[in-house]
Amino acid sequence: MTLALTASEIATRLKEGFADIIVEAGPDSLLVKSESLLDIASFLKTEPGLDFNYLVHITAVDYSDYFELVYHLVSLKHNHNLMIKARCYDREAPTVPSLVSLWRGAELQEREIFDLMGIRFYGHPNMKRIFLWEGFPGHPLRRDFANGA
Amino acid sequence: MEIEKRYIYSDAELDSHEGRLIEELKKNSRQIIPDPDEWLSEELQQNVLLTTVDAVLNWARRSALWPVISFPACCAFELISTAASRFDISRFGMEILRASPRQADLMITAGTLTWKMAPQIKRLYDQMAEPKWVIAMGACGISGGVFKGSYSVVPGYNRIVPVDVYVPGCPPRPEALLYGIQMLRQKIKKRKSFVEEKK
Repeated sequence: MTLALTASEIATRLKEGFADIIVEAGPDSLLVKSESLLDIASFLKTEPGLDFNYLVHITAVDYSDYFELVYHLVSLKHNHNLMIKARCYDREAPTVPSLVSLWRGAELQEREIFDLMGIRFYGHPNMKRIFLWEGFPGHPLRRDFANGA
Repeated sequence: MEIEKRYIYSDAELDSHEGRLIEELKKNSRQIIPDPDEWLSEELQQNVLLTTVDAVLNWARRSALWPVISFPACCAFELISTAASRFDISRFGMEILRASPRQADLMITAGTLTWKMAPQIKRLYDQMAEPKWVIAMGACGISGGVFKGSYSVVPGYNRIVPVDVYVPGCPPRPEALLYGIQMLRQKIKKRKSFVEEKK
């Protein structure tokens, strides 16, 4: 098992440069401002001692008031992991930065989230649907999706 | 006094009439009636069977149903089990699962069909040569099953291709599929290739 780093532990290391970016440091996750996601992710990947070189998976949750993106990071070097989250309040055109430039494995998962949740990732090389076909009405994993079948 | 007459003819008249019939038959029965197949040689007599064209065609068609490989989801495992040695569909001449739809007669729709996959299934069916049959296998194949009403699942293969036999179950046991195959064979047996012209 990888050792789960407590978010507050990370938060103290981040305080120097990212004090205004961290919204909330919970017991198991770090909630950050979505517009600074790329900066903090790049720091987590490259900082010696943290070295989160592997993105396990990304998912998104619809809380009706906002979308929350969840990223699970693992450092294969130090055998520890961390969960970071970012919120997106714009329902009409939700956008967050893409992490494909840091972890190539994010590419298909970000397309899946775009397909089913309708969240756009800017900076993604190929932002289009992956499961459903072009012209499908709406995004089916949203809470307000009305099933027309 | 009136005599009661029981028959139009008297007993003596009837007896002599019967006697004449027997004598006539006896006179015409001097020769032995030959076997109608006598003109055939002995070898031919043992090798010619008479039947109808329909019976032969249907026998040939139902005895070698080759399924096309198109198994989109989990019912495929029951189908694989049916095809393997324990249940063994080669008993019905079906062990050759054709990779090309042009060589197949039967489509066994083993599994959930999504709308994104539906055009490919339709294309496979269209590429199969006539005559062709479809067995809808499992709840998803019949009606969409537990996924009926989903945004991405086709509610039943009969929206895409015409279905001959429905095999319920989630998934159906190999015995159920074999029973469905036998039902299809019965159906093919009744098929008429030549329809009499109505006058």
